[in-house]
Amino acid sequence: MTAPHGRPRPDGLPRPSDGLTGTSHDPDARGYFGSMGGRWLPEALVAALDEIADAYDKARFDPEFLTELDRLAETYAGRPSPLSEAARLTEHVGGARILLKREDLNHTGSHKINNVLGQALLTRKMGKRRVIAETGAGQHGVATATAAALLGLDCTIYMGSVDTRRQALNVARMKLLGATVVAVDSGSATLKDAINEAFRDWVTNVASTSYIFGTAAGPHPFPMIVRDLQRIIGLEARQQVLELTGRLPDAVVACVGGGSNAIGTFHAFLDDPGVRLVGAEAGGDGMETGRHASTISGGSVGVLHGARSYLLQDDEGQITESHSISAGLDYPGVGPEHSHLAEIGRAEYVSVTDAEAMDAFALLTRTEGIIPAIESAHAVAAAVKAAAEIGPAGIVLINISGRGDKDMETAMEWFGLDRPDGVSAAATATK
Amino acid sequence: MSERAPGSTSVLDDLFAVTRGEGRAALVGYLPAGYPDIPGSQAVMRAMLDGGCDLIEVGLPFSDPVLDGQVIQAAQQRALAAGTRIADVLRTVESVTSAGGRAVVMTYFNPVLAYGPERFARDLAAAGGSGVITPDLIVDEAQFWLDATEGAGIAPIFLVAPSSPMDRIVLTAGASRGFLYAASTMGVTGTRDQVASSAPELVSRCRQATDLPVAVGLGVRTADQAAEIAGYADAVIVGSAFVALAGGPGGAAAVAGLAAELATGVRSADRTHQETSA
Ligand SMILES: Cc1ncc(COP(=O)(O)O)c(C=O)c1O
Repeated sequence: MTAPHGRPRPDGLPRPSDGLTGTSHDPDARGYFGSMGGRWLPEALVAALDEIADAYDKARFDPEFLTELDRLAETYAGRPSPLSEAARLTEHVGGARILLKREDLNHTGSHKINNVLGQALLTRKMGKRRVIAETGAGQHGVATATAAALLGLDCTIYMGSVDTRRQALNVARMKLLGATVVAVDSGSATLKDAINEAFRDWVTNVASTSYIFGTAAGPHPFPMIVRDLQRIIGLEARQQVLELTGRLPDAVVACVGGGSNAIGTFHAFLDDPGVRLVGAEAGGDGMETGRHASTISGGSVGVLHGARSYLLQDDEGQITESHSISAGLDYPGVGPEHSHLAEIGRAEYVSVTDAEAMDAFALLTRTEGIIPAIESAHAVAAAVKAAAEIGPAGIVLINISGRGDKDMETAMEWFGLDRPDGVSAAATATK
Repeated sequence: MSERAPGSTSVLDDLFAVTRGEGRAALVGYLPAGYPDIPGSQAVMRAMLDGGCDLIEVGLPFSDPVLDGQVIQAAQQRALAAGTRIADVLRTVESVTSAGGRAVVMTYFNPVLAYGPERFARDLAAAGGSGVITPDLIVDEAQFWLDATEGAGIAPIFLVAPSSPMDRIVLTAGASRGFLYAASTMGVTGTRDQVASSAPELVSRCRQATDLPVAVGLGVRTADQAAEIAGYADAVIVGSAFVALAGGPGGAAAVAGLAAELATGVRSADRTHQETSA
């Protein structure tokens, strides 16, 4: 697969621009994937969404835009990301052969850069000088601040004040990169409230400002644009798995916050009916406690942040607070395409508790020398279960969406790493 | 007003026939039901009526009010924390209409979806409410809601913004009943020192699109601002300024005082430039 505008890569792998050329799974003209999606937000923002949609429709067929996207992805962000054989993890689990797609190795430490480079280039094309973004774990904020520094754009990041505390390192990073970080105290002071505040900024400053949405959710066209910019994960991985193993995987597993890394990974496999698609949602303290962020497995359909989709709500449509040890998954909504894939049964969504995720965090670290983001550790936990079910003849692909540097403080607390017995506490998780 | 107004679109039509006949704008006051608490919000709304509000916009408090600034966000959070439910909102509407006032509900849309759009429209009409303002519902998504409100005889009231192009104003006005809500400026609720210059420009574009009355909201707090807007619009909507007083030491009395000032404002406008048809 090669983009029409460029020379093929020497290794024959796809390029990010290959994700933008349209698929048979595009939403309809009103932004619906089946019954999910659309535009459920104030009229004041419709003109801006139309402007982005128009700019994107042009950009996805503009050789100059696509070449620049591919160039930055390769020479700046470090694409393609490798596929790693997880031999010791596979042996430990004793099930299917486990392969890791390494989005943790991207510049800024996660898949978020794939999306941000594209949207920042689009911002420049639209002639806007200021970008805003929401962030939960801080990875999208860091990626946005990075792209803003690279392209010389003003940047303001909204982050819940609960998250500025648990992801202090990323706050420092964003500030170093020149961004203004606004701590949001309203509501639950986490990602959903950061999104509310970003929308408030956008509706006020829409003439000068582009909203770089961080996940494949929100009003049309964001779910499609973010998905397309993340599709490179699955496009590369599918070919890498084929080259390494000569066949397709039996299951593809990714964590789901708003759903961008998961949809980017799943998409290349949607038309491969033999490939199970498994989304790992954050189970927090456990579904039975009500303290979780498992939007599809434990929520119901409604409208939030611009889309019709699954969400966590009470009987009167008030959005309820989500709970997760992972800031990046701590969100009571989910992107509409995932809700659609769940509704038609093409993908399955499972809930992974904090404890299961932290066990998997330690397990991957000890067996493979890869410290994943806690978000990604949810995928590892779900994949370990899937690999055991599928058995040694099978292959399971996990998207490691990010690295765990930002999570060291949480890990220290969880495992008691500052106590003398802390290291062994982590080690017992691998038993 | 002495007798209870029936809940229907015609209540709004009649209101604007009267205000146009009197050569003035209508005064609309907003407060979330349940703020500062449920009986308190009902007392404040009666004070708004006593002071001279022609229509009460009863807010249905929501957890994620993206079009609201800090004052109204905080009020909604407090109303929810106090346990305000949709039934309380409907009872609050009833308290306004049985006191002889007119009421519409202003609500984000997810609670309506959860309650059931048809049931919501029906129960609101039964409580005497005449319409629903839906700040995060655009007409493109609203067909089922138009059906539900039409069935119940109440007015769906949509917003237009300075960013709305002409074709969307036409579309939005075409789906609205009662009046069209014009946001004075790009932004969220909250008081501002000056009325944005975008407001008269937007209203004049609305006039080209529709004969519906046009109400201007966002940012109004003084009688002078109300008078200025009344010079070109059919209604002036005041929210944050009332909410701020409702939670303050002056309470209902202070709210009635502000309503009286604003009511003078909407009657003292220079409307010589205006060419609206009654
Ligand atoms: C490493 C990592 N993975 C996953 C996520 C979840 O986002 P999404 O579901 O959009 O991939 C985040 C969000 O912050 C993240 O930082």
